[in-house]
Amino acid sequence: MSLQDFKGVFIFAQQVDCQVSGVSFELIGKGKELAAQLGTEVTAVILGSGITGLADDLAAYGADKVIVVDDPELKEYTTEPYAHAVYSVIEKYKPEVFLFGATAIGRDLAPRVSARAKTGLTADCTKLEVDAENNNLRMTRPAFGGNIMATIVCPDNRPQMATVRPGVMQKIKKIQGAKANVETFNPGFTKDSKYVEVLDIIKKISDKIDIMDAKILVSGGRGVGSKENFSILQDFADSMGATVSSSRASVDAGWTEKDQQVGQTGKTVRPNLYFAIGISGAIQHLAGMEESDLIIAINKDATAPIFDVADYGIVGDFSKIVPLLTEQMKSAKAAK
Amino acid sequence: MKIVVCIKQVPDTNEVKLDPVTGTLIRDGVPSIINPDDKAGLEAALTLKDSIGAEVAVITMGPPQADAVLREAMAMGADTAYLVTDRAFGGADTLATSTTLAAAIKKLDYDLIITGRQAIDGDTAQVGPQIAEHLNIPNVSYAEDIKVEGNSVIIKRQYEDRYHTVKVQMPCLITALGEMNQPRYMTPGGIFDAIREKQVTVWNRPDLDVADEAIGLKGSPTKVAQSFPKSVKAAGVKVTLDPEESADYIMERLKEKFII
Repeated sequence: MSLQDFKGVFIFAQQVDCQVSGVSFELIGKGKELAAQLGTEVTAVILGSGITGLADDLAAYGADKVIVVDDPELKEYTTEPYAHAVYSVIEKYKPEVFLFGATAIGRDLAPRVSARAKTGLTADCTKLEVDAENNNLRMTRPAFGGNIMATIVCPDNRPQMATVRPGVMQKIKKIQGAKANVETFNPGFTKDSKYVEVLDIIKKISDKIDIMDAKILVSGGRGVGSKENFSILQDFADSMGATVSSSRASVDAGWTEKDQQVGQTGKTVRPNLYFAIGISGAIQHLAGMEESDLIIAINKDATAPIFDVADYGIVGDFSKIVPLLTEQMKSAKAAK
Repeated sequence: MKIVVCIKQVPDTNEVKLDPVTGTLIRDGVPSIINPDDKAGLEAALTLKDSIGAEVAVITMGPPQADAVLREAMAMGADTAYLVTDRAFGGADTLATSTTLAAAIKKLDYDLIITGRQAIDGDTAQVGPQIAEHLNIPNVSYAEDIKVEGNSVIIKRQYEDRYHTVKVQMPCLITALGEMNQPRYMTPGGIFDAIREKQVTVWNRPDLDVADEAIGLKGSPTKVAQSFPKSVKAAGVKVTLDPEESADYIMERLKEKFII
């Protein structure tokens, strides 16, 4: 079997509770670009139970073809039946590229599949491009906690597999009324000792907006000083319809929740406006927010690294500055 | 019950600094530590040892100096330690690394294998699930809590917006999250034993039953084409003003940018 026999860009379209995850649309967007350069198509592979209706959503964001594996064994994510299904898709369709979201599902599924397919997998990519010379995929990712970037290639094995962090790639504008070119596929599922049992599902109830969807983030770090002080940030956020996020230090201190964490081990955000308040700017934090359109930092320490990425840096005490901003913001709103 | 914990010696990336002139990593003087997620996995194993009784083996693949993290693990309470080391294993990507570690683990008895979710130098989260694939056993990643019930392990498995309580038959592999627990400290007696009394078993290339094509650089489908320091964005404006002026300054910038 030669490398030329592998064709097409495939993406794993993650769904949970019959809702397609946002990163799946982002992968299609990027996949389309890569497919155009490779002279091929982008195929979305969706797994689950009772999910056929989701295929049109994938077409609306640019999938040329959708492979649907619909089986009761795939209702909730568990490693083995999902790995078996994806591996069977690879065996049958032989894609040259296979992309996954770097989510709690994708980062478990993709390594298991790559080991089964005996091919390479590049984790948490922030950039994907086709090498014009040999059509190999060039996969760029942060390493050493975001201190350096590495470009990885997988020249002699197929498919070339990668996971991509949510929020990094752009989805295309939705095509209204798109109809998917659907192909159903079922490799058959036989329970063995590798199958696990899901006894219970506990959803974390959150009425907050996902920080990855927020247009404006007010983010606080160790310098905020206490859980109570976060109310200063919350008031400011409320005054302009923004959302509160935080650094890892604040999560570790118990001031904020894990789902509010920006950075290497948290979420990657790219809002229109990012306020970094009392955040020193460890490299792991910067990795998650430096693509924001506009960054304003407030910090007491004039040497804090956050000032290196901030468009506007204010050296000063946030607890004095931010309440004034909240007042000004409120009166600006009232004047409208 | 027999537990194997996979650990990795990593540079403390929180301590890594960039050379402001060349933009390269300054590695000198950066301390080496047990990877934090792995340490949580070790603590989980030692907790099981304390509560229901278990033999805990630790294993690492790395250069000879990785002996240090195995000694630390034994000083915390691990019973036995294995160092998988050889130039032939060098330059391995995650597939070759997991193949090598799986070959080493096959020489041991195990009911439960625990790895950290990911290492702070590579951040890939791949080696755990890949070891399980090579050993043809189930894996559950992102474990926040584990309990043993008869021949099964009950795991609290973390997702972005939920948890699953998952029941898995042993033998199995679990990847542990750092937030699972607070690892214990080494004890003075433990340190003494780990350095003076206990042995680290060293396994080289000939000790493992694995094909040459599957290990090291040759067994690695992925290659690093290029590595480079992160491009640095030009610094913006930094001002020091009193609080009133600061607030005015920010409001003016937001108006300029048509945000308000």
